[in-house]
Amino acid sequence: MAFGNGIVQKKGSHLWLTHLFMILGVLIIFFPIWLAFVASTVTQPEIVSPPMPILPGDQFIDNYKAALFAGVNVPVAKMLFNSFVMAMGIAVGKITISLLSAFAIVYFRFPGRQVFFWLIFITLMLPVEVRIVPTFEVIASFGLLNSYSGLILPLIASATATFLFRQFFMTIPDELAEAARVDGAKPMRFFIDIVLPMSRTNIAALFVILFIYGWNQYLWPLLITTDPEMNTIVMGIKQMFPSGDDVAEWPVIMATSILAMIPPVIVVISMQKLFVRGLMDSEK
Amino acid sequence: MEKRVIFRGWLLPICLVAPQLIISIIFFFYPAAQAVWQSLFIPDPFGLSSQYVGLGNFEYLLGDKYYRASFLTTAVFSVLVTFCSMIPALLLAVCADRLIKSSGIYSTLLIWPYAVAPAVAGVLWMFMFNTRVGIVSWYLGQLGYDWNHVLNGGEAMGLVVIASAWGRISYNFLFFFAALQSVPKSLIEASAIDGAHFWRRFFDIVLPLITPTAFFLLVVNVVYSFFETFGVIHTITAGGPQQATTILVYKVFSDGFVGQDLGSSSAQSVILLVVVGLLTVIQFKYIEKRVHY
Repeated sequence: MAFGNGIVQKKGSHLWLTHLFMILGVLIIFFPIWLAFVASTVTQPEIVSPPMPILPGDQFIDNYKAALFAGVNVPVAKMLFNSFVMAMGIAVGKITISLLSAFAIVYFRFPGRQVFFWLIFITLMLPVEVRIVPTFEVIASFGLLNSYSGLILPLIASATATFLFRQFFMTIPDELAEAARVDGAKPMRFFIDIVLPMSRTNIAALFVILFIYGWNQYLWPLLITTDPEMNTIVMGIKQMFPSGDDVAEWPVIMATSILAMIPPVIVVISMQKLFVRGLMDSEK
Repeated sequence: MEKRVIFRGWLLPICLVAPQLIISIIFFFYPAAQAVWQSLFIPDPFGLSSQYVGLGNFEYLLGDKYYRASFLTTAVFSVLVTFCSMIPALLLAVCADRLIKSSGIYSTLLIWPYAVAPAVAGVLWMFMFNTRVGIVSWYLGQLGYDWNHVLNGGEAMGLVVIASAWGRISYNFLFFFAALQSVPKSLIEASAIDGAHFWRRFFDIVLPLITPTAFFLLVVNVVYSFFETFGVIHTITAGGPQQATTILVYKVFSDGFVGQDLGSSSAQSVILLVVVGLLTVIQFKYIEKRVHY
């Protein structure tokens, strides 16, 4: 920021207090994650005789090995894979169908265009949580319980991405389409050669948001994956807790929690700029 | 807003919108219509036939003290989550805005929780407050406070509120921070020259300018706490104790899937649908207004 040396900054000479407050805030916000990490590196007896240590132990490799390759009901590696397929499927699927329909809405006049537009608009208002019972019945009647299609398809029926792309396509200069038409280019050629390359950043930003959205789904996988082999990691953690009075295997569960947050955290941190942009775009 | 230059033909565009249309109809409109339809019936206990009851399910729900309690629980829950996530986020954003050089590092650290799924956040907080092994509940015990969210409804509510608000702080922080960055520095400098101290400037100039963002976040956070907190509640309390944390979405799930009461669950879905509709209208109204702000 260019005004960094302005009068306002000079007046705020107590910046160390601000730093202190920020550091305190960051520490408090990080504490649950830190504690989970510590719990994933110590032994079960160390946890069940409180207070648990607050510095990491030496069981890191053992606990993560136990989680990844044995787990409780199913190896966590398998759940990670399922989550990855689901998150990728939702992100790629939603982006693909939205790009196509946004292109059709912006660059064509076809019968039923207005109706389609309004149909899509209505889907903005209904999160999956509201229609779980009937959607579950639809999936069951297609025989899609415990399948990747069942996990993915109902969650890609939403309009946010379509509106976002429509908004962006409207800003593409008309001259480009004009030129393409004069050159005799077919619409799909124009789409592939001009529109797609121009939308790269928007696609990437949206991908980041949708990947996290898909990865963090809980209710839907909980309903339709009755087979532990199909559990996703986020919903699988809860299944690792024993139902009765048995003591939970805390180190393995906490290792799983850490594993469950690593992929979305990596995506957010490594693509922070795109992520922030995608967040601001998709909410407005 | 329409394009002047368009392509001709109608078959291609229809093929292009077909995938989205088909998926929306099968997984969206049909289930939504089913929800409305089923809300008018009561299935017999064996699921063989169902009886048309008109608005009977709705009448029953509105007279049901558990449902009304769930409405109240949801209201309390969403208000608490919204405030507990917005106020710390605003404070952090104001601080980050002052620390121009190092705000990037803090932002990177603060956005972590956003990536943590609500259900995982639930597990983390449940672990800290676990009545047997939780470190926070243990220290509270040392101080003479007997924490037990499994039995105490108020404590259960407190815990699900904190666990739900935690991840949202990141989200709200990012929006507040962006809003603060866009406040014209000349305005602030002008008032600084006039001798206004930091808090005076904050309340008189900055706060009014970021109200649109605050209002936007208010609506978004309420919608979040209505729907996306299911994972937190399911992992920490499963709606208990004595339904103290059964929010509306959780009740749709527990009546529909656990209790197998399809008519009532569908009617609840329809009511929720109306609530979301209202919230969306508020949101759109406000977006319109913001243009003229």
